[in-house]
Amino acid sequence: MPISRWLNVRLLRIGPNRVGPRGLLQPIADGLKLVLKEIIIPTNANRFLFVIAPLLALAPALACWAVIPFADGWVLADIDAGLLYVLALSSMGVYGLIIAGWASNSKYAFLGAMRSAAQMVSYEIAMGFALVGVLMAAGSMNLSAIVESQSGSFLHWFWLPLLPLFLVYFIAGLAETNRAPFDVAEGESEIVAGFHVEYSGMAFALFFLAEYANMILISILTVIMFMGGWLSPFQGIPGLEDLFAFVPGIVWILAKTCLLLLLFLWFRATFPRYRYDQVMRLGWKVFIPITILWILVIGVGVMAEIGPWFD
Amino acid sequence: MSIEPILFYIFSTILVIASATVVTVRNPVYAALSLVLAFFTCAAIWLMLEAEFLALVLVLVYVGAVMVLFLFVIMMLDINLARSKEGFIKYLPAGGFVALLIFIEMCVVLGPANFGIEVTGEPLKHAADYSNTKELGIALYTEYVYPFEIAGALLLLAIVAAIALTMRKRPDSKYQDPAKQVAVRRDERVRIVKMETEKKQ
Repeated sequence: MPISRWLNVRLLRIGPNRVGPRGLLQPIADGLKLVLKEIIIPTNANRFLFVIAPLLALAPALACWAVIPFADGWVLADIDAGLLYVLALSSMGVYGLIIAGWASNSKYAFLGAMRSAAQMVSYEIAMGFALVGVLMAAGSMNLSAIVESQSGSFLHWFWLPLLPLFLVYFIAGLAETNRAPFDVAEGESEIVAGFHVEYSGMAFALFFLAEYANMILISILTVIMFMGGWLSPFQGIPGLEDLFAFVPGIVWILAKTCLLLLLFLWFRATFPRYRYDQVMRLGWKVFIPITILWILVIGVGVMAEIGPWFD
Repeated sequence: MSIEPILFYIFSTILVIASATVVTVRNPVYAALSLVLAFFTCAAIWLMLEAEFLALVLVLVYVGAVMVLFLFVIMMLDINLARSKEGFIKYLPAGGFVALLIFIEMCVVLGPANFGIEVTGEPLKHAADYSNTKELGIALYTEYVYPFEIAGALLLLAIVAAIALTMRKRPDSKYQDPAKQVAVRRDERVRIVKMETEKKQ
C-alpha cells in the first residue's frame, strides 16, 4: 500500500514527495501523522455510530479475503458459494459510508453518504449480472473451480468470451470502490470531502485503508474471474511454458493484480470526475443492458457448446 | 459439548435482542440498523443449518440492497417523535388486542404441534460434498420451474408498473439540460448596449 500511495502521489502532483531521499519516506510520514493525530468528534455527532463507521467500512473488505484462492489449493475457506459470499460481503461495505455520513451531523458528509449509497446500489446490480455471466461460463460459484475452468491457454481465460462483462465488472468495480473517475461520494470540489469530511486521525486512516483494501480486492477478483487467476500466461505455448514452469502460481496472480491496481491509479491521474447524473446513466442505462444482453449470448454459447470456452 | 450449540445460542440471543430493539428503540436509524443486525445473525443461523445459498442471498439482497435504501429514506425524513406518540393511550386497547391476536395465531401455527422436533425430525447432517446451492438450483429449475417463472414474471411486471406509475413528466418542475447549456452562445445571453459617455457633472 505505501507503494501504491507513493505511485499515486508521484503521478498526481509534485507537492507531497519532500520527506526522505527522493520522497520515499513520504508514505511513512503520512502514516505516522495519521496515527498520532487526535480523533475529533463533532458536536451533536452520534458518538457510537461515528466511531463504529470506519470499522464497518474496513471489516467486510478484509472478510472477503477468506475465499480468495492465491494458488492451487492456497485458499482459507474453499466454499462452494464463494462468488456469492464475495458479492454479499462487499455489498456490506456501503454501511460504513452511510453511517459515517449520517453520524457526522454535517450536511456535506450526509450528501456524500447519499451519493455513495445510490451509486453503490446501482453498480452492484451490474456487477452481480457480470458475475452471473462468469458463473454460467464456469459452471461453478467456487472461485478455485472458476480459475480451473479457464485453464488451457491465454485465450482460454474468460476475458475473451466475456469481454463486455470484463469491462463492465472492472468499471463497476471502480465505481463500487468510489475511486476516480467515480468518486462523487468524495467530490472535494462540490461537497468538500464527502462522507469522511468530519473524520481525522486514525478514523480517517481506516476509511483510507478500506478504500485501498477494496481496490486490491476488486483487482484480485477480476484476475480470478477473467484473467485466469494463478494460471501462467504462457500456458499452452510450446517452449515458453516449460521455461516459466518454475514460477509459482502466487507470483502470477500477484503480478496480474498489480497490473490492474496500476490501472486504478492511472485512471485516477488521467480522467476528470464524472458528473453525478452521468454516473447514474452509465450504471442503469448502459451497463445493465449490456450485461443482460451478454448473459443471453453466453446462454446461447453454453447451449451450443462453442469451443474452446464452453465445451 | 460441541461448539455448535454455543454458537447457536449466541446468535439466537443476538437475533432476539436485535429484533426487540427494532420495535422498541426511539431513533428510527437505530431501528433500521438493528434490523440489519437481525438479518445478519439470521443469515448466520441459516449457515449453521447448511443453507449457505439462502444465507448469502439474505445478506446480499436484504442487508446489501433493501436496508440500504431503507436507511437512505429514513435518514432523509425528519420524523417528529412527539406527533407520532399522540393518541397512544387512545389506540392502546385496539392495538394491544390486534397484537395479542397475532401472537396467539403465531403460537398456534408455529408451535410445537407443527414445527416441533418430533414433527420435522433432526436437521439432516450432510456430507462434505453436499452443495446447498446445487440442490436448490436443481429443485428450482425442475420441480418448481413454473412457480419460479411465474414469480419472476410477476416481479418484472411489478418493476415495469412501478416505473410507469412514477415516470410522469411534471410540467412545473424545472431541470437542467447540460447539452443545451454547453451549446449556448454569447449573443443569446449578453446584449451589448452602446451609449454615450455621461458628462462630468
